[in-house]
Amino acid sequence: MGNDATRVVVTGLGAITPLGADAPGTWQAMLAGTSGVRVLEDEWAQRLPCRIAARAAVEPTTVIDRVQARKLDRCEMFALMAAREAWADAGSPHVDPLRLGVAVASGIGGISSVLSAYDTLKEKGWSRLSPFTVPMLMPNGSAGWISIELGARAGVHTPVSACASGAEAIGYGIEMIRNGRADVVVAGGTEAAILELNIGAFAAMRALSLRNDEPERASRPFDRGRDGFVLGEGAGILVLEAESHAAHRGARVYAVAAGAGYSADAHHIAQPEPQAIGAVLAIRHALADAHVDAAQVTHVNAHATSTPAGDVVEAQAIAAALGPAASGVVVSATKSMTGHLLGGAGAIESVAAILALRDKTAPPTINLDDPEDDLGVEIAVKPTDLHARTGGPMAVVNNSFGFGGHNVAVVFTEV
Amino acid sequence: MAMTQDEILTGLSEIIDEIAGVPADEVTPEKTFVDDLDIDSLSMVEIAVAAQDKFGVEIPDDQLKDLKTVQDVIDYVERASVSA
Repeated sequence: MGNDATRVVVTGLGAITPLGADAPGTWQAMLAGTSGVRVLEDEWAQRLPCRIAARAAVEPTTVIDRVQARKLDRCEMFALMAAREAWADAGSPHVDPLRLGVAVASGIGGISSVLSAYDTLKEKGWSRLSPFTVPMLMPNGSAGWISIELGARAGVHTPVSACASGAEAIGYGIEMIRNGRADVVVAGGTEAAILELNIGAFAAMRALSLRNDEPERASRPFDRGRDGFVLGEGAGILVLEAESHAAHRGARVYAVAAGAGYSADAHHIAQPEPQAIGAVLAIRHALADAHVDAAQVTHVNAHATSTPAGDVVEAQAIAAALGPAASGVVVSATKSMTGHLLGGAGAIESVAAILALRDKTAPPTINLDDPEDDLGVEIAVKPTDLHARTGGPMAVVNNSFGFGGHNVAVVFTEV
Repeated sequence: MAMTQDEILTGLSEIIDEIAGVPADEVTPEKTFVDDLDIDSLSMVEIAVAAQDKFGVEIPDDQLKDLKTVQDVIDYVERASVSA
């Protein structure tokens, strides 16, 4: 059975993102500094002030079986695709179903299904609603479908914490293994919200970039010219595994999923607390949970969404949390390329952080032409070598923050 | 004009292929929806609604639960369309 000494490792990765149809494709595009942001040609987009977004690199209905696709929301399709990739990447292990769990999150859930069902309801009445409407719209639908496909019976969980959801799900998965509820957990997040309602609603918050004429330059975290985030879509999934279970089957191990830290701002429903006390606490809690010294941290995949309010505060939080060890840490904001995947963000950014650790290379932050002065940390603008600064294993951190005041940091280390 | 049993079977097979992905040649009259064709109760509701549209008959829920086999649906649609 598990206990605090149970180490959790990452043995499989999957991702469907604006940059690629899988994790390796996404990572290569990231290292090349590719933007996934495009102009939206949809007729509905022409009514909105924001007409750009980062759609997934592959249309899920071309991959998911036609009959199954009738029962799935788009976010559930992304989650299943990423889960299948991650599971195969882990070697499709034989796991006792009672020891296999799922923790897969979404910030919003099946919003496209909500909207199309409401149209059907108004036009044709209740009797023409798909009997699968409820499982398509519920945020835990993705986790449920993955559980069914893999026969995972140790528990199925869906933390919902807006843009921190994907990272929180990974933290929950680590906890399931540590506390002995599972040997293997499929964990991550998914989102599919590039729709008139969502873009309109984020635009109503004045949260989105309106750089419609320069889509590839619109997402520019830490740059003085940033004017909001760009909505992305897709999913990221990790296979988390008790180290002893992975060793017993001779699994390839990417990294140790060393720990997670949480805090809440208790400040404003959608704005960051200006002193970033909560973000600092989450990072410090994560390092303590992982038994990692600040000096072991070589890279941070920042939440940095390209909004005027958030980025600088986060950079300062990273500097404050790491203290003197912050000098020499390489920070990347991969949302500059993927856009913001909301509940999928923490998951695909954990995939990126793990691959950065594997390759000892931080991915670039594109569009950082005119950085803010008082960031206090080095931001990678090109692929940047990572160097160990202590004798201990190198560590990387993924930050994720969500509306509601959720702060989550996840730590991965070398084995 | 009343449909023949073969016409109903053909139309029903198209619906089942579309909704449940069961090839038409597997949809034979003696097959049960749940055990033989592996169609769950939610997909059965979808099939019933599509059948109502296609054949122009009503299939109330209390009748639907008694339609266990492909032949049951064929007989029901035949009777209902005659009386319609």
